[in-house]
Amino acid sequence: MSSATEALITPFVGQTGGLLRALHALQAGVGYIDASAIPVIADVFNLTKAEVKGVVSFYSDFRRAPAGKHSIKICQAEACQAVGGRSLTDKALRALDLSFGETDSAGAVTIEPVYCLGLCASGPAAMVDGKLRGRLDPNLFADELVQLQKDGAK
Amino acid sequence: MKVYVPLDTAAVAVGADEVVEAIVAEAEARKVAVEIVRTGSRGMHWLEPLVEIERVGGARVAFGPVSVGDVKALFEADFASDHALAHGDPAEIPYLKGQDRQTFARCGIIDPLSFGAYCKSGGLAGLKRAASIGAVETIDEVMTSGLRGRGGAAFPSGIKWRTVAGAEAEQKYIVCNADEGDSGTFSDRMILEGDPFLLIEGMVIAGLAVGATKGFIYLRSEYPVAQRVLGQALEIAQREGLLGADAGGSGCAFDIELFMGAGAYICGEETSLLESLEGKRGQVRAKPPLPALEGLHGKPTLVHNVISLCAVPSVLANGGSWYHDFGVGRSTGTMPFQLAGNVKCGGLVEVAFGLSLHDLIYKFGGGTRSGKPVKAVQVGGPLGAYIPPSKFDMMMDYETFGKIGAGVGHGGIVVFDEDADLAQQAKYAFDFCAEESCGKCTPCRIGSVRGSEVMAKIISGSDVTENIELLTDLCEVMEDGSLCAMGGMTPVPVLSALKYFPEDFRAVKEGK
Ligand SMILES: Cc1cc2nc3c(=O)[nH]c(=O)nc-3n(C[C@H](O)[C@H](O)[C@H](O)COP(=O)(O)O)c2cc1C
Ligand code: SF4
Ligand code: FES
Repeated sequence: MSSATEALITPFVGQTGGLLRALHALQAGVGYIDASAIPVIADVFNLTKAEVKGVVSFYSDFRRAPAGKHSIKICQAEACQAVGGRSLTDKALRALDLSFGETDSAGAVTIEPVYCLGLCASGPAAMVDGKLRGRLDPNLFADELVQLQKDGAK
Repeated sequence: MKVYVPLDTAAVAVGADEVVEAIVAEAEARKVAVEIVRTGSRGMHWLEPLVEIERVGGARVAFGPVSVGDVKALFEADFASDHALAHGDPAEIPYLKGQDRQTFARCGIIDPLSFGAYCKSGGLAGLKRAASIGAVETIDEVMTSGLRGRGGAAFPSGIKWRTVAGAEAEQKYIVCNADEGDSGTFSDRMILEGDPFLLIEGMVIAGLAVGATKGFIYLRSEYPVAQRVLGQALEIAQREGLLGADAGGSGCAFDIELFMGAGAYICGEETSLLESLEGKRGQVRAKPPLPALEGLHGKPTLVHNVISLCAVPSVLANGGSWYHDFGVGRSTGTMPFQLAGNVKCGGLVEVAFGLSLHDLIYKFGGGTRSGKPVKAVQVGGPLGAYIPPSKFDMMMDYETFGKIGAGVGHGGIVVFDEDADLAQQAKYAFDFCAEESCGKCTPCRIGSVRGSEVMAKIISGSDVTENIELLTDLCEVMEDGSLCAMGGMTPVPVLSALKYFPEDFRAVKEGK
């Protein structure tokens, strides 16, 4: 773990904002920031463990546990609320039987809130596995997510 | 056959990539040669994916919204101008014709990653002029233009440029704020995806004027398409010499690095952004010192919103007084407003300041998407006021909005129909603040959580009068005791909702 972590983060030492860049790279490589990576990062960046933890916890992008195979983020902000974002959210959560921030037991999907995807004239909007989606129909979207959950559990 | 399809997020999110695949497949089956050009978006988001066909002679005809299922029929009809999805010459569509596209002049028309197309359509004229008149006169032009920051605070740009230029330091920075966190806004995203060289040119001019050789673009991570397009544009700009030791032939060195945020709204606030750019928690710094004097790494830093920097090339190319002639009073120039939420014709409307809210919502927006009456609009993002229809004759400029304690912000207008519950919206304002507070001051960190609890009580109908009093007191504490506008302006949506929609706060009691 530690040498793989080191290899991913070391290129960013000394750069402006190096720690954030390193955390992005680590998450892209490993999928999340494991607790065991904190002392390694602290060491490489010459920071205290508390400082590193503080940064990781400040930003909602950084996960501290592995996510499901599929990542779902649903926009919660005002422009999407105005076109049924709340119903989109409720139906999706109910269909998956999850709350925001949760991953299902099979590790198939993780569902999270997001605040605006710049699709405010094309709402309600969501992001599925990094792909942006607009003008979503709550029922069709819920069906699609259930299918994703089934496929992901295989 | 030449076909233009946007690569803009608003097009891709409703199937533009799949439409491109279908066009390529259908053309192949018919043995028709097609050249696909991916452009930015014209900003008519209800028509996306908007497909444009170039006729012999170069005239374009637009079709939209095109779905994969429409492609075959469009080929069968030979893309006839009387097809049900046809809109004729896109430039003649009233939504576009009624605008004053200056900053967005190229967006949706050219291939955003063609440096040649950028130069041929007027690109680099601003930089050339800036290089020939020099730093002092360049700043004078920005002063004369009356340009004010488009990120939200509307501070006069020229004054900021002068401050950074006057600071003595061996290193200065230009930082572009592309964190665009406000709900209802997407103008930064559109220009980053549709005309990225414009931003690069604006930043090079700013660097030349204030004596900075290094720029950073702080981009939010929720914008993957912008990240890809901008990343490619920066590489091309390097290769073409727009960036580098003699940036764009200006005689000055300038380089830009792209930096990705990590999902924190507060990092749009400039000092929080600088902390984040230094790799730390995005905690707001006390001002003074101003970032213009002690910004990134403690060095003089010009922080500007994307749209402010994108206005600069045309200010320089045409002169500050040309720009100043657009708009009203101290709200000079054009503003890319964004019509969002429950609106029929949502998208980007760049006009000179001075249009009424009514014209934007109805003349451009066409009313609600649901067809129900408009109940309220929120102007200027999550910290902006909720405004009732009785106020829609208000002019959209900084002074008019300032008078009612509201702001134009980044130009987002979110429309709500009669199904909206403004008490719920007030509660959301607190929830959002609680979620996104940087945690530095108590009124913001704790007050927002308290505010949400109080709103929950009001919504459930318990001790409504007492709780509304509590709510007003709490808002006062947040306004007075918060270090930045996150805590300081969360009361704006709350109190405007209470002021203009009091019945929503008493819905339960009145048995509705
Ligand atoms: C809570 C908060 C969030 C902000 N978010 C943004 C943002 O996303 N983009 C932006 O350009 N400015 C944002 N601002 C304004 C910036 O602090 C700053 O005024 C701006 O970047 C300066 O650039 P300008 O003069 O070009 O507007 C925000 C301010 C606050 C208080
Ligand atoms: S008002 Fe809120 S966001 Fe702003 S500095 Fe204070 S705690 Fe941070
Ligand atoms: S509010 Fe949902 S995409 Fe902007």
